[in-house]
Amino acid sequence: MASEYTTSEYITHHLTNARMCSGEDGIAFNKACEDAGFWVWHVDTLGWSIGLGILFLWVFRSVAKNATTGVPGKLQAFVELIYDFVDSSVKSSFHGKSSLIAPLSLTIFVWVLLMNLMDLVPVDVLPMTAGLIGQYGFGMDPHDVYMKAVPTTDLNLTVALALGVFFLMIFYSLKMKGVSGFAKELTLQPFGHWAFIPVNFILESITLLARPFSLALRLFGNLYASELIFILIASVGLLQLPMHFMWAVFHLLVLPLQAFIFMMLTIVYLSLASEDH
Amino acid sequence: MNMNATLIGQLIAFAVFVLFCMKYVWPPLMAAIEARQKTIADGLAASERGAKDLELAQAKATEQLRDAKQQAAAIIEQAKKRANQLVDEETQRGHDEREKIINQGYAEIEAERNRAKEDLRKQVAALAVIGAERILQREIDAAAQDDIVEKLVAEL
Repeated sequence: MASEYTTSEYITHHLTNARMCSGEDGIAFNKACEDAGFWVWHVDTLGWSIGLGILFLWVFRSVAKNATTGVPGKLQAFVELIYDFVDSSVKSSFHGKSSLIAPLSLTIFVWVLLMNLMDLVPVDVLPMTAGLIGQYGFGMDPHDVYMKAVPTTDLNLTVALALGVFFLMIFYSLKMKGVSGFAKELTLQPFGHWAFIPVNFILESITLLARPFSLALRLFGNLYASELIFILIASVGLLQLPMHFMWAVFHLLVLPLQAFIFMMLTIVYLSLASEDH
Repeated sequence: MNMNATLIGQLIAFAVFVLFCMKYVWPPLMAAIEARQKTIADGLAASERGAKDLELAQAKATEQLRDAKQQAAAIIEQAKKRANQLVDEETQRGHDEREKIINQGYAEIEAERNRAKEDLRKQVAALAVIGAERILQREIDAAAQDDIVEKLVAEL
């Protein structure tokens, strides 16, 4: 923890994204973007998430391209292990036929896992590096350089993932049941009488909308909270060493679990969407 | 939390990643893994077949070994029999040969004796005639006395 901060400043600084927007004279950053409204880009979230996504695809693509059907190398065996894990999860929960669900699940699982694992990087490393680069490379005040390195602690990212899944849910519902089938599902359940149509519609809409909300908020909430605790632990002096260790070990369980839950719920929701009642 | 344009960027990135994964990552991985599964299944089937073949071959080998042993025993038995037969035959032949040689010896001895007897008889006859001639010392017609001499000779 840098000594010139108060604890609350320190925490706020670590939990603020690096922002970018178009100001009056060209591109503006951070505090200058406070009034830019919707058109602000979190460059750290975008950069880390896209970088990790490209890392994932590059590794998997290079393995897939050179995949041997004989004895696999260690990296290929590892990739195949993940493939097999995702594939069996999809096969056990999704009973339709789709060439999209399995690659979608693989992408979600590995990508979210990689982004979650950024949580294990000590909380000061990346913000301080960015601060030093900003200070000596661009002559900025290090207090005004932000770097929130765990993309899944940014609600924008988790909502984007959940929205993507939500669009696919709507798409599969319309594709498998047709417009009328989907409309019937929304209005004639759970009470099969015309008088209950408004009640049914309200209930079913809430059910439907709760799914992407829960997806987005669960991942965001878990990761935001764990990152917050990491930052709090980092602000307590020497005692942080054992506490950080224990919290990090705990997250060896939590981080893959959250990625797995996100993937599994995606599969289950898409399975429900594509099932004809 | 402030929602902003990052959402759109992430949505696009998500879609692109999923599409890339769907097109270029999942299918080759699936192909490789399924091909290996097939290879392994084939290999297992082949090894099972091989084990069965081995079992059959072992059974066959055992049977052949038993046959061979039986045959060998039969051949040895036969050889023993033949050897005995040969020994018997040879013994018989030796016996016969001995008999023959002995008989031949007897026959020769017999013939020799007969010849000796004949010679002896002739000499005795001659001696008897000479003796008679000398004893009588008279003019005796040797021819007239021939039948007596013959009788004497026959009595020898």
